[in-house]
Amino acid sequence: MLLSVENLHVSYDNIKALHGLSFRIDEGEIVCIIGANGAGKSTTLRAISRLVPVEAGTKMTFMGRDLLKYPADKVVSELGISHVPEGRRLFDNLTVLENLKLATFARKDAKAIGKDLDRVFSIFPRLAERQHQKAGTMSGGEQQMLAVGRAFMSGRKIMLLDEPSMGLAPLLMKSVFDSLQEINREGTTILIVEQNARMALLFAGRGYVLENGKLVLEGGSEGLLANPQVKKAYLGG
Amino acid sequence: MVIFLQNLVNALQWGSFYALIALGYSMVYSILMLFNFAHGDIFMVGAYIGFGVSIGLLALSSSGALAMPNWLILVLTILFSMFLTSFVGMIVERVGYRPLRNAPRASAAITGLMIGIILETGNLILMGARRVSFPSLIQTTTYTVGGVFVTNKKIMIVLVSLLLTLALHQFIRRTKWGMAMRAMAFDFAVVPLMGVPVNTVIALTFAIGSALAAAAGILFGIAYPVLDPYMGILFGWKAFVAAILGGRGSILGATLAGFLLGFTEIFVAMIFPSTLRDLIAYSIILLILTFRPHGFFGEPYSARLRL
Repeated sequence: MLLSVENLHVSYDNIKALHGLSFRIDEGEIVCIIGANGAGKSTTLRAISRLVPVEAGTKMTFMGRDLLKYPADKVVSELGISHVPEGRRLFDNLTVLENLKLATFARKDAKAIGKDLDRVFSIFPRLAERQHQKAGTMSGGEQQMLAVGRAFMSGRKIMLLDEPSMGLAPLLMKSVFDSLQEINREGTTILIVEQNARMALLFAGRGYVLENGKLVLEGGSEGLLANPQVKKAYLGG
Repeated sequence: MVIFLQNLVNALQWGSFYALIALGYSMVYSILMLFNFAHGDIFMVGAYIGFGVSIGLLALSSSGALAMPNWLILVLTILFSMFLTSFVGMIVERVGYRPLRNAPRASAAITGLMIGIILETGNLILMGARRVSFPSLIQTTTYTVGGVFVTNKKIMIVLVSLLLTLALHQFIRRTKWGMAMRAMAFDFAVVPLMGVPVNTVIALTFAIGSALAAAAGILFGIAYPVLDPYMGILFGWKAFVAAILGGRGSILGATLAGFLLGFTEIFVAMIFPSTLRDLIAYSIILLILTFRPHGFFGEPYSARLRL
């Protein structure tokens, strides 16, 4: 078991966002959490990345280590949990190459960094072409590639992806998901949260359904795709 | 023409002080959206630390224990005082601002004002209510170029401040720490996701800004060798004006605006009685800001402050 989340409670300004989530992810898996807007998907990822405080009673471990003992930057640099945030959140004022390099801030393995950079450029050749361009001047698809590439550079035992399909045309979406599959095959575990439930379930091996801060269903992707409840609520009948 | 050039030389020196102090304001403002109102007093503290360091080095040198030429004492004073003052800046951040990182901005702003008052009165208690005079580390040599008087001190002051500004510019453009600062200025909330220890970067930002203010304080002490605990207030306000006028987070902007303030003040004083200097000078600056409300070279930034 790679990541274990037990009884995750989060509140924003006294409003409860997550009511005791529990789930586990094994090494090498692709797991998705689907749910409507506001269900708590992004909050779940933020809690794992230690960007939002969790409430007492919450337990999270990663590779057997207590996640709650790590501040946000160490979650990335010491545990290898990378996070592609909702809306990509690139540094528009930095170049493509600077965005990728910033993600290696705490890494000291210069050789491995060079190899990873080459790998990112081979997965996304467009980024190599545009490496000296400001990130903010690229198209939406290229920006999503950079967001994934940046996470790849920061450390990648597991990659948390928040709505990577958002704002992308179907063809681009497919190419981004294909690249993610490739990254997964090379050993990176993936946890993805999506509103686009069909896309996410086709991509992942198993999934959870999140409703109003609670996990209400879980199972293999095929089972969930065939589940009448999921069909009705998330797959348009 | 000679009068114009003479004033230009004076304005370059005067603007150097504003420019160096403005850089510290600008860096902190761009990263934390915080007006560090204690920064003018850091300039004052830096000048006093410079005073203490230079007195100490002079005593050491004249006691014969470690004889040094005065130029070396000056260089060491600048470097050592910058180093020491950077800790003052880091302490101010750690004690004053960090606990209020997520507090309303107004609370953080008044924190700066209170720290300023503490530094001023603290200094008053420590040094007594007298002005101290900064030791004259270098003999003034005056050169005359086509009727314009230029002193070696003025040349040194302008060169040192330009050199420090250039060094800062390179640091921010070329190093990973500078890159982290630029990223934080754009979108603070996602920077931890890059594995960047943001508190360390913030501490470094305060350290650099304070070190530059200390350099300004010492250069000021060399040009105008009388120090008092309240010397940083008006200077701080004016440098703050330069920082905002220069544009958010822009090193070039803050430097140019610092010099612009210096030029405006000096040239207004050339034409009008000097009692009217600030009245007219800052009316002009206000007018400029009306036409360029975002300053000269504001860097873009993301409006999304939370993740």
